[in-house]
Amino acid sequence: MAVIEIKQVAKNFGAFTALHSVDLTIADQEFMVLLGASGCGKTTLLRIIAGLETPTAGEVWIGGRRVDHLPPRERGIAMVFQNYAVFPHLTVFENIAFGLRMKKMDQAEVTRRVTRTAELMHIEQLLKRYSGELSGGQRQRVAVARALAMEPDVILMDEPLSNLDALLRLEMRAELKGVLAESNTTTIYVTHDQVEAMSLADRISVMNGGRIVQAANPVEVYRNPAARFVGSFIGNPPMNFLTATPVGPGKWQVAGQTYDGPHAQAAEFAVRPEDLHPADHGLPAEVRVVEPLGPHTLVTTTVAGQPFRAVLESTLMPRPGDVIHLAPVPDRIRWFDPATQTALC
Amino acid sequence: MSEPSVRRAGNRVFIAGVALLILWVLLPIWLLFVNALSAPAEVTGFPKRFIPSFDLASLSFFFGFSGVIDALWNSVKVAALTMILSIGVGAPAGYALSRFDFPGKETFRFLVVMTRAFPLPLLALPLAVMFIRTGLDDTIIGLALVHTTLALPFAVLITYSLFSGIPLELEEAAWTLGCNRVQAFTKVILPLAAPGIAASAVFAFVISWNEVFAAAVLTVENRTLTAFLLQSLDVSPLPLKFAGGAALVLPALFFIFAVRKYLFAMWGIANR
Repeated sequence: MAVIEIKQVAKNFGAFTALHSVDLTIADQEFMVLLGASGCGKTTLLRIIAGLETPTAGEVWIGGRRVDHLPPRERGIAMVFQNYAVFPHLTVFENIAFGLRMKKMDQAEVTRRVTRTAELMHIEQLLKRYSGELSGGQRQRVAVARALAMEPDVILMDEPLSNLDALLRLEMRAELKGVLAESNTTTIYVTHDQVEAMSLADRISVMNGGRIVQAANPVEVYRNPAARFVGSFIGNPPMNFLTATPVGPGKWQVAGQTYDGPHAQAAEFAVRPEDLHPADHGLPAEVRVVEPLGPHTLVTTTVAGQPFRAVLESTLMPRPGDVIHLAPVPDRIRWFDPATQTALC
Repeated sequence: MSEPSVRRAGNRVFIAGVALLILWVLLPIWLLFVNALSAPAEVTGFPKRFIPSFDLASLSFFFGFSGVIDALWNSVKVAALTMILSIGVGAPAGYALSRFDFPGKETFRFLVVMTRAFPLPLLALPLAVMFIRTGLDDTIIGLALVHTTLALPFAVLITYSLFSGIPLELEEAAWTLGCNRVQAFTKVILPLAAPGIAASAVFAFVISWNEVFAAAVLTVENRTLTAFLLQSLDVSPLPLKFAGGAALVLPALFFIFAVRKYLFAMWGIANR
């Protein structure tokens, strides 16, 4: 039971500003993912919540209690680290029991909790082993079990799957989601992997340059990016952007085509590659590269001298050099202010 | 010359070089032990037997020699004290260097190494005067202090590399699991660093054990074994010198061999 409130938290490392006055509220039992490229401040924010880093300014509240002056052990959190941080000199059992022993829990309760979390993470057969005898995936399971055994209000995860190979990552992702959904904890999960973020999150906070650019549910973040950065960062391939010239109130010309748009001084046209289909009339696109991917075909083109990608049905096979006309789905067109880079309605 | 024969010649040079280095190190040690373990009469003889006769007359004469046992005991006391002091001061310094960023960190590291830049003979006279004034001359603790300054840079560097080899994440994990800084250190870092710290302690012991100059200058009555042997070098018979040499070398050799992998760590060759 813990709401997390981050109020105007800022962090400077010398002259470098890692976080610019971040505000964020995470609901009780919510699964919040902090998503961004490396250096965007997501790990710094997580470490400030954990108490491993001191904010330069601002407040952190967990469960109605101000915690930014408290050491990590008094915050009611548990953390899973990128490199697992399984203690090499202790057995798996003692690793999971470590936090419980620090709480001076009696042996019966320790055994009960260790056994239960080990079963949950499918590592009950490894309890007598040392971390040197475990694979990366098994160490990851121990790290998660150790955090869960604490029965914390908040679990913080710092890129926990980034050191696993692709197949294992997929498996652990689904498992984590299931386990955490049952644990009634509030989760903050840091990742640079957008697929991981989309699949796990109740809400995603997209971060860039030390700021939260958008905090919303995955579909909202994908469909209605609040900023040009979000559109260009999320989605593979990312959103297409084209310059637009005003031709009347709410009317914009894009590569010779006229579209309804916002009432604004200037705007940039944007559409996702999968929201395009070939038509008689549409954006004239000169095909550069055709990549058949099975379920669909990725076509890289040039529209009015600007790069433009489309995901088309795999039955269509344009050839490089062809000019095709691509019509956007009207309600999927988005507009951004070129000056502020934010979305226009 | 064809290429394989060039390579073969290169190989021979390499092997010869290795053999030379091995002889350079092992020949004096072999001589020392052969003579120490031979009867006094054999010591002056030539050629030497490869396997000594295991006659303990030289050694028993050495240990029966007046003052040897006292000197040996002094050596042990000074070395043990040096070990405690240099780890007690050096390990926290090594920890601070590996975990914290503080102003002047690089300067501090440089100064640690710089302490070895001043030759002891240069310091010996002022040191002796100072020790006489403060009453530290001819005491175990006084000599141990000097030896600590010699051993400290190594203690700092070895423990620094040791602590740096233990990921900060482990400590942070301990903090999130309910430990304060001291508990995290004693429950997680210390068990992982203990073998290396022990090695560093042994190294400090050996540095003190082998040190002769400061010991000879700063002690008169309470001589360590090295100083005692140096003092009586011109008056003692050859078997005594060899037996004394062996008695000095053997523990040092054994200890250094036991902790060698941690000493390599000091130079960054290995961290574990």
